[in-house]
Amino acid sequence: MAVARSHPALTVGKYAALLGYLTFALFPLYWLFKIAITPDQLIFTEGTNLWPSALTIDNFRTVLFQTDFLAYFGNSLFVSLGTAAVTTVIAAGAGYAFSRFDFGGKRLIIAVMLVTQMFPLLMIIAPIYKIVASLGMLNSLTSLIVVYTAFNIPFATFLMQSFFDGIPKDLEEAAMMDGCSRFQALRKVIFPLTLPGLGATLGFVFTAAWSELLFALMLISKNEAMTFPVGLLTFVSKFSVDWGQMMAAGVLALIPSCLFFIFIQRYLVQGLTSGAVKG
Amino acid sequence: MARIELRDVVKRYGAVEVLRDINLDIQDGEFIVLVGPSGCGKSTLLRMIAGLEPITEGDFTIDGVRMNDVRPRDRDIAMVFQSYALYPHMDVARNMGFSMEIRKDPVQDRIDRVRGAADTLGLSALTKRLPKALSGGQRQRVAMGRAIIRDPRAFLFDEPLSNLDAALRVEMRLEIARLHQKLGATMVYVTHDQVEALTLADRIVVLNGGDIQQVGSPLELYERPANKFVAQFIGSPTMNVLPVTGGDHGVTVANGVTLALPHLPDTLQATELGIRPEHLDVVPAGAGEIAGVADVVEHLGSDTNIYANIEGLGSLMIRKHGNIPIRSGDRLGLRFQTENAHIFAADGTALRRATGSADKAESGHAPTRSLDSDPLAVLLEDPQ
Repeated sequence: MAVARSHPALTVGKYAALLGYLTFALFPLYWLFKIAITPDQLIFTEGTNLWPSALTIDNFRTVLFQTDFLAYFGNSLFVSLGTAAVTTVIAAGAGYAFSRFDFGGKRLIIAVMLVTQMFPLLMIIAPIYKIVASLGMLNSLTSLIVVYTAFNIPFATFLMQSFFDGIPKDLEEAAMMDGCSRFQALRKVIFPLTLPGLGATLGFVFTAAWSELLFALMLISKNEAMTFPVGLLTFVSKFSVDWGQMMAAGVLALIPSCLFFIFIQRYLVQGLTSGAVKG
Repeated sequence: MARIELRDVVKRYGAVEVLRDINLDIQDGEFIVLVGPSGCGKSTLLRMIAGLEPITEGDFTIDGVRMNDVRPRDRDIAMVFQSYALYPHMDVARNMGFSMEIRKDPVQDRIDRVRGAADTLGLSALTKRLPKALSGGQRQRVAMGRAIIRDPRAFLFDEPLSNLDAALRVEMRLEIARLHQKLGATMVYVTHDQVEALTLADRIVVLNGGDIQQVGSPLELYERPANKFVAQFIGSPTMNVLPVTGGDHGVTVANGVTLALPHLPDTLQATELGIRPEHLDVVPAGAGEIAGVADVVEHLGSDTNIYANIEGLGSLMIRKHGNIPIRSGDRLGLRFQTENAHIFAADGTALRRATGSADKAESGHAPTRSLDSDPLAVLLEDPQ
């Protein structure tokens, strides 16, 4: 990949492009943070200044101690972790089956799983609402876990399958010759080698569930069951939007995602490459 | 210690038959090599013995017990894979002791055996390393260590040397031969490399297109191939094959020269003549049965390979011991060592006197293991 010696202008251009992209991608995050630490009275007067003339942490204090933010946060954590765990377990099993076994209908199942990914979510919101409502599961976090899991399984399965495909079949066969049952081979040999893949899948699903708004908005209306993205909307009242608190809540919401990615990034980088490229 | 028998074994994938009517007796302690071109079914056969592929039809027994439906782990067979298949997350010692770990053998026992195997294979200094920190040859040794530590009934090798470079391959081949002498265990070895087959095997099984072509000792296959396929597959360099017209007491090659073949019957049916490069003599131009012009001459020091163009016949290869002072473009005469010639009928079957060889009937019959067939003293030299 790396060219041994490239023209200086090319190098500069390359870094300029990278810088441009990073600025573009990170600026909203910066703006989020800036508004969160800007005192309320300055938000509109200094609207376009890159840095406010005074700083405050009042927004954070209010969000943490005077709103239901912590409850939303806890709900989101529960839903995201639950979804990530359930999805990863199912996807790992399905991915393993797709990677290792030949069975009737395998191609059909893969095709159907692909089809589920082709529809815009908006199209199925109403039916999903109807189903969940008739099951009496509106306003429950479990229903969110079930719905998110259903939506994430296809992609997660393909991801896991590519990780399993990257692990030579010989290893399992060697383990079986060494006296393992198939399950023992899976547990003692394949599982440890799949950890990067599991990490990548967990991270992907966690993030997807953490930031999901549409279904949470439709299926949850009670304050105590709101997830964090829905809760953010409570900062929008009839007559005003409490920008400072909303942004402070947003900054806080980034923390778990960041922690999670710091925790798994070692596996993620290794995982995404080792899964995608064989050998 | 195991005697392995295959009776009328068939393997099908859907409608595709990859192995047909495989009948094979492998004696206790015998070193059997399955050899053939890629796609001939040799690896499938090995994997069926291992239990990694189900057997479609027929019986497979070890020491008289039917094994078709026994799980790999209960067959007590060890296998060395082409890719080595070392567990990447375990160090060398744990890789080697893994089977004992699974069997829950006493820890001290396991440590002792691993140490013993590591000593035998020259791996003692490496037991704490992960496979990725080992060279190809060392990985191969670990894979062998993992197999021998279990003291299994039989060993299976699936092209174990094909990922190694030439020098290492020769070295590891010797180690495998030593291992067999030392353990005296039944071994089944798959390779597409006929030099490995000839040097290691007590008996070679030549497979092609899902059929056993011939089973026999390396010398039998070399001297009395059952058909043209075996004749051309075994022996290096490859046997020359010329189209001929069969006559009463000999054959006539395409440029009109008749060769008397008194030792061979059925010359009338012959359509092709096979002569190995080492069974052609170079004589001065004008002498010998046919004349030719040296095209390419390879001086290997110990041998000289001459590719000669024969008018009306094409190219023939001649191999002579020592350094023969012939240069490209020289005219030369060739003499056939007719006593070593082979003739083939139109269907490729070798034609020969009934006495002394019934190779066709030999498939499935195991001759007693000849202890004097030192695997490393077979006449073929390594081409490398």
